[in-house]
Amino acid sequence: MFHSIFILFGLVIAVFFVTHLLGDPARLMLRPEATPDQVEALREDLGLNDSIWVQFGRYMGNLARGDFGDSLWQRVPAMPIVLDRLPNTLYLAGVTMAVAVPLAIGLGIVSAVRPRSIADRLVTVVSLSGVSVADFWLGLMLVLVFAVQLGWLPTSGFGGLSFVALPAAALAVRPIGRISQVVRSAMFDEMQRTYVTTARAKGLRERVVVISHTLKNAAIPIITLTGDEAASLLNGAVVIETLFGWPGIGILLIQAIERRDLPLIEATAIVIAIMVVGLNLLVDLTYTLIDPRVRYQ
Amino acid sequence: MSELGKVVGRGQAGGSGVDLLARPPRRSGLIVAARALLADKLAFAAFLFLVLLILGATFANIVAPHDPEAGGGLMLRNKPPMTASEDGLPYLLGTDQLGRDLLSRLLYGARVSLAVGVASVLISGTFGVGLGLIAGYYRGLLDDVIMRLVDVQMGFPSLLLALVVLYVLGPGVWKVILVLAVTRWMVYARVTRGLVLSYRENVFVDAARTIGASDRRILLLHILPNLFSPILVLATLEVATMILTEASLSFLGLGIQPPDSSWGLMLAQGRQYVQTAWWLVTFPGVMILLTALSINLLATWVRAITDPVTRWRYLMPKRQQAPGG
Repeated sequence: MFHSIFILFGLVIAVFFVTHLLGDPARLMLRPEATPDQVEALREDLGLNDSIWVQFGRYMGNLARGDFGDSLWQRVPAMPIVLDRLPNTLYLAGVTMAVAVPLAIGLGIVSAVRPRSIADRLVTVVSLSGVSVADFWLGLMLVLVFAVQLGWLPTSGFGGLSFVALPAAALAVRPIGRISQVVRSAMFDEMQRTYVTTARAKGLRERVVVISHTLKNAAIPIITLTGDEAASLLNGAVVIETLFGWPGIGILLIQAIERRDLPLIEATAIVIAIMVVGLNLLVDLTYTLIDPRVRYQ
Repeated sequence: MSELGKVVGRGQAGGSGVDLLARPPRRSGLIVAARALLADKLAFAAFLFLVLLILGATFANIVAPHDPEAGGGLMLRNKPPMTASEDGLPYLLGTDQLGRDLLSRLLYGARVSLAVGVASVLISGTFGVGLGLIAGYYRGLLDDVIMRLVDVQMGFPSLLLALVVLYVLGPGVWKVILVLAVTRWMVYARVTRGLVLSYRENVFVDAARTIGASDRRILLLHILPNLFSPILVLATLEVATMILTEASLSFLGLGIQPPDSSWGLMLAQGRQYVQTAWWLVTFPGVMILLTALSINLLATWVRAITDPVTRWRYLMPKRQQAPGG
């Protein structure tokens, strides 16, 4: 818990550092063709001529109140815009993980119970391809086949199942690939353990041995990676949301960057950081539910 | 001056030093590796593809059938694959929105995509491994500071970090390389530190220290060689990640910019013609997929071959292996 807060604090400082020290916020907000006078006026306006510590204090103070300033593009406070878009991203990520996790576990188990079989090799190639494909290219190909050629699904936009199908499919291949690899190796290791022999000797059916004994013991690395993948869905979401015109925080970040809208960029970055840190905390807490040997003081 | 340390250290590294377990005379490592590579068809195909790709990119000015910059005029815009050209060589993969040969552009684009991938991995690898060595060996406050930095950066998706930093810095090939390196150094630091922590308690490190080897000597000559194979596998995998990330950045308009070109940028430019000229987006993506897949297959193979538990499968003749093992 303390660790999470520490990381969040570090990220907040990092965002400030990148936007205020690496670049000049006034220049970042204005178009490149702005005159020096305009830059100077905006610097004065934003208080950028104060010392960096005064600026940092003001930034942290505003942050504590959840105030990121007004979006330059939409002329309303930045934070509500981000929070408005957040459910859409969570919806897309939720559908993606709901498809990816069961599928990946299934594939991993199939290849772990029969190592070096045809099925195992097939799963390996499929999972490596999933890791190797550029998700936005896969999205384009899916649009080309299912929307343009077959006309079954809409090319882009926000809505129910028919809208979410293609972006979720494009996003799901990577987690499927990575999670199935970890399921395979974790399950394979567990299958060699003596408790599996014991379970079989007791006359348990193979399905019970695999699912309620082995899978449960292999759960820790699988959950860790699933958390990682869920967090990095935000990576993919930027590109995929842009491609499909999905109104989430990924496309919002790109739009904010295109419009040089610094307050909105900062707000989006902080919200993403909070989500990732929260997700990691959730994963840590899940360990205690799954494995009674793990305890936190 | 530290003959003992060298001998024991090398023995651990599996190198050419005195080996306590006498083994039969070994064939050259290269021949063994080549034989094992031939035995795995998939890994061999991946290896072949990468060699051809690197050759094709390096000698693009000789291999490319057409000039990648010379547009054939409006008449030759978005021609499908296998269109005949005036000078005899057909446009094998078609032409792009400016009438330029797609195959030639893919070969030249490979230069940028591969160079960005390899350069950023070299930079972030050097940096990350160096910090990991320091953190793992010296421990203490330095370790705490470095690893907390790693934790903080792990907490933020790397593509988003690259986006925000590139927004601040502006586009450009070298900036993309640097930003990619900055977003991934912590992967190496974490792995290196973990390995150093286990090696520094080893007898060969004690031995080296006893005979008065300096910290630098121990780190660079005794510990670092042991890290070579896991770091190499990691770095290889990271090249694939970097190529994919560069493609995403370029696709979003914050990576490589014209007149430079990369596969990701070609995809971005071809996107608006997706309904009329499918080859413009298909082939660059296929190149990215095949490259990353080959790298992944090869890295998986290297990991299997360097791991004593799985190595025998690749080194022994097929019929001696137990079925299904």
